Amino acid sequence: MKREDIRSEFPELNRRVHDHPLSYFDSGATTLKPKAVCDGLRQFYGEDYATIHRGAYLLSEKATQSYEAVRGKVAGLIGASKSTEIIFTSGTTDSINLVANTYGSSSIKSGQVILVSAMEHHSNIVPWQMLCERVGSVLKVIPMDDDGVLDQDAYQKLLIDNEVALVAFNHVSNALGTINPVVPMVALAHEHGAKVLVDGAQSVAHCSVDVKGWDVDFFAFSSHKLYGPTGCGVLYGKEDLLSSMPPWKGGGDMIYSVSFEKTSYAEPPARFEAGTPPIAEVIGLGIAIDWLLSIGLKEVEALEGEVQKYALEKLMEVKGLRLIGKAPKRAGAISFLLDEAHPHDIATLVDSKGVAIRAGHHCAQPVMTRLGIPATARASLGVYNNKEDVDRLVEALHYVNKIFGA
Amino acid sequence: MSYSSELYQQVILDHNKKPRNFRKLEDPTHICPGHNPLCGDHLTIYLEIDGETIQDVCFEGSGCAISKASASMMTEAVKGKPVEEVRGIFSQFHDMLTGDMDPSSGGHQLGKLAIFEGVKEYSSRVKCASLSWHALVGALNMQKEVCTEGEQDPS
Repeated sequence: MKREDIRSEFPELNRRVHDHPLSYFDSGATTLKPKAVCDGLRQFYGEDYATIHRGAYLLSEKATQSYEAVRGKVAGLIGASKSTEIIFTSGTTDSINLVANTYGSSSIKSGQVILVSAMEHHSNIVPWQMLCERVGSVLKVIPMDDDGVLDQDAYQKLLIDNEVALVAFNHVSNALGTINPVVPMVALAHEHGAKVLVDGAQSVAHCSVDVKGWDVDFFAFSSHKLYGPTGCGVLYGKEDLLSSMPPWKGGGDMIYSVSFEKTSYAEPPARFEAGTPPIAEVIGLGIAIDWLLSIGLKEVEALEGEVQKYALEKLMEVKGLRLIGKAPKRAGAISFLLDEAHPHDIATLVDSKGVAIRAGHHCAQPVMTRLGIPATARASLGVYNNKEDVDRLVEALHYVNKIFGA
Repeated sequence: MSYSSELYQQVILDHNKKPRNFRKLEDPTHICPGHNPLCGDHLTIYLEIDGETIQDVCFEGSGCAISKASASMMTEAVKGKPVEEVRGIFSQFHDMLTGDMDPSSGGHQLGKLAIFEGVKEYSSRVKCASLSWHALVGALNMQKEVCTEGEQDPS
């Protein structure tokens, strides 16, 4: 599919911002939505709406089928072998908290170590810290170098020197754009008897994922960074792990039978989906996955890679611009600083030219601390970004420099 | 003219580049660090209060242009004024930033500070402009530190 055809499927790209066309560079936070997803939500809420798993009437049967079919679509997208290994959550954060509160609470013991990388989002740090407080385990950090590349020797040493129960790291860093080497890191963890959770929030929309081939134990991502609706996400877990895990949230739909004396729990995935789930959002996620796969992840990688390469070259033309994160393998986010302007001033000023970027610590304060900076400006790519967007970003950055007398 | 070009006027840019009273006070009667986790801005306000009057005020730290210029212009606005009057100015400044007071209607003591009115269009930047003021009030109230917010910066 051509990029212009893809762009034409995003109605929001036609709107104007401060009387300029929109160049949207915040897909790392959340992507814009293709028309198919918007239409699908309208169709479901407007014409097909009913609850699920209460199938005494046609509409509920249909809704249940539509909802359950999305498990298969997700399994196909990330290379899981069974749709029962796909749990719907409210997002990546919820998925990680689920693992920490089920697998973590039941299997991780006092004195054992949980490893996270130095470039994690707060959502892949805080749930583990909370777990450590509950069970007495210890959080340790896989260090990274100044370019934003994880130190694999240090990682190996951490695995040798400690009784590591679990390693949690992101596939792609939201703050630096680094693609981490999942396959060797998973293999190494398993050699030392540790389980692995991969945070795929920043990767599933940008490159191919193969949870079975990579042998990851848990994989988490959000719908809304994958062109789907907000409020829903996915936890993949290996079947045997999910089966051994206790439930976290109790309620309807997650039980086998309930009496006041004793309740027995349903098998996964239902065990982990208490209450009425975000039905429409899950169905919308399914539409987003179909849409993304109609382009193909290889094609997405090629389209984004081309714009990323162009952006990395063109940004160097901006006076006083310093890239933050220079990993050789990267996707999504491009973080930078300007000598003369603070990231927040940059973001406000480029917005006045219709260019939407992000400024701040990107929920990765330890990354900022490690690099000795308070914040970065971040332009993150989606499949709709083209070279004109990059030109408009660069032009807007020249304008920032002009305002600040650089 | 867009709000941001109104916001980044020469006066603000000048105060950002050459902040006034940008120094540490060796023996302050009041001191309070302020932190804006959203921007990563840190600044510390130093006061020397004699009786009821702010004899000297200065600040140091790092931050975006809006927070730095606001701190710089604040020091000029409050120096030599009685504490109660300064609290009143803070209240007016705050109301202007939240859109509860229109500075063009008069009846206030904001003077040059009215230049920050454009900030109200950017809720995420209101805290940049008010950080130094919160730290100032924190210093007056003998607080250990002030923080403009909890974390509000997902992903």
